[in-house]
Amino acid sequence: MERPLTQHMRKDREPLSIDDYERAGGYQALRRALQEMSRSEINQEVLDANLRGRGGAGFPTGAKWASVPTGDHWPSERFFVADADEMEPGTFKDRMLLEGNPHQFLEGLIIGSYAVDAAKAFIFIRWEYKLAAQRLRTAIQEAHARGYIGERILGTDFSLDVHLHVSAGRYICGEASALLSSLEGGRAVPRAKPPREAESGLWGKPTVLDNVETLVNVPHIIKNGAAWFKGLSLCNDGGTKIYGVSGRVKNPGLWELPMGTNLREIIEDHAGGMRDGFKLRAVIPGGASTEFLMADEIDIPMDFDTVQKAGSRFGTANVIVLDDRTCPVGVVANLIRFFAQESCGWCTPCREGLPWLREILDDIEHGRGREEDLDILQSHTRLLWLGHTFCALAPGAMEPLKSALKHFRDDFERHVKDGRCPWR
Amino acid sequence: MLWPMWTDNGNTISMQRTGTLTKEVEQEIRAELENATQPRGACLVALKVIQRHHGWVSDDHLCAAADLLGLTPEEMESSATFYNHIHRKATGRHIILVCESVTCWFLGHEEIRARLQEKLGIEMGGTTADQRFTMLPVQCLGACDRAPAIMIDDDLHCDLTPDKIDNILAGYL
Repeated sequence: MERPLTQHMRKDREPLSIDDYERAGGYQALRRALQEMSRSEINQEVLDANLRGRGGAGFPTGAKWASVPTGDHWPSERFFVADADEMEPGTFKDRMLLEGNPHQFLEGLIIGSYAVDAAKAFIFIRWEYKLAAQRLRTAIQEAHARGYIGERILGTDFSLDVHLHVSAGRYICGEASALLSSLEGGRAVPRAKPPREAESGLWGKPTVLDNVETLVNVPHIIKNGAAWFKGLSLCNDGGTKIYGVSGRVKNPGLWELPMGTNLREIIEDHAGGMRDGFKLRAVIPGGASTEFLMADEIDIPMDFDTVQKAGSRFGTANVIVLDDRTCPVGVVANLIRFFAQESCGWCTPCREGLPWLREILDDIEHGRGREEDLDILQSHTRLLWLGHTFCALAPGAMEPLKSALKHFRDDFERHVKDGRCPWR
Repeated sequence: MLWPMWTDNGNTISMQRTGTLTKEVEQEIRAELENATQPRGACLVALKVIQRHHGWVSDDHLCAAADLLGLTPEEMESSATFYNHIHRKATGRHIILVCESVTCWFLGHEEIRARLQEKLGIEMGGTTADQRFTMLPVQCLGACDRAPAIMIDDDLHCDLTPDKIDNILAGYL
């Protein structure tokens, strides 16, 4: 089984230096892209590879790049932004990719910037990823010194500045337009769409935003071709995927596996199954903003379309496992507390609705719940759903709540009836 | 500098709001301004520079930085109060970030937090009397395979149990 993204990473978690990376074939793809390929050929290759955005939305990367207006008829400057603001609870894949092989990520970023003809790229990294930021700073310097970043890269007329921007917090920065508001120095508030960022992004200029894991795939696609990339996968989406599992499993961690690997296999074979004395009750497959799948629903290929069909979302594919000795109401209360805290406050339903739900869930969890509270919770899964809020934060928060009310109804009712949490 | 203030009857009055930055801070912010596409874009960077030098952002420093960027103090403040890691109150010498996201919550966040509170004698958001520690909640630290986790200054501490806390704290004077 091929593991292009992680095969050269060191076991001791130290990063690959630029020499290590070049010895492993690094920056050959950049050379090929800049010296042998046109921009449209790169876009086509990435599109043919069926690389879908790894930040959670799954948008085809090649299509996004191709939608950016470039060429002489569009003289405006363009920006490329790498989203390294990994904050989805339960998700830790980008940390590993950045810390373990920062040059692989940079190479993807440079190729992407070339593909959309951007002269300036930003890496938007979260405050808490200090080690990753430090390793990126070193990598940027090294790449500069070798002529992979800066003026006239590899003797071509393409020049690129790369800026590392350390964010000051807030989950809403994961929303692309909010991230741009933040990069412009203001509050990270989402913007109305259309226009999409590809047309009017940072400072009103065409801007492409891609997740870290999306970008690390790019050098491999350019080097080995779209057909090879599709061959890595067990389904229609191309490539491998960094799957993660956390919770009460024997061996929590991250694994690079073919896209479409069976979810049960990931948990049982790779994460080692449940710790002794615990049973798997449900999973949240793709980060905090995805619906629960119950134990009998996890025998599915883990890919964008199948997880969607199963009633949840692929998201970041970093799975949170709920065991049979943890209170599901407590889990949902924790998740909603997170979303209430992280609401940017721009639109009223999200700003007011989520804290209300937080209070109600806290009451139920601590034995102060009333029967009618369940109806209030239920009604909000509609009131805060897509179309009623300005962005996708509150609807994302409703996904675990909605599915919890369906699958764990008895647990909610028991909390209310007994006036206490049976797990405490 | 002078800031116009509009009163109820439409007359303008002036209120002086001044502040000064140290030479070093001012130089660093000016350097960032040169890199910025627009001065506004350096807003968060300026706040971070101030905080790195002083530990937090005071009114005086905020007003002075606003002046340097050509923003109003209110614009500067709207950004400063939005982000978790910009402190508008004095903090202790070390910042403890306690991950309270879902996997850490499963695996013992409440016990870790209780131990920290007991040991330090402060609630979340508090600063110890000796100004040694400020303890703040933080969203997922991205260390879910090694939960529960906390971060002190630049260091991540993982796979915690309450009895490891004393030793860890002893490393920060």
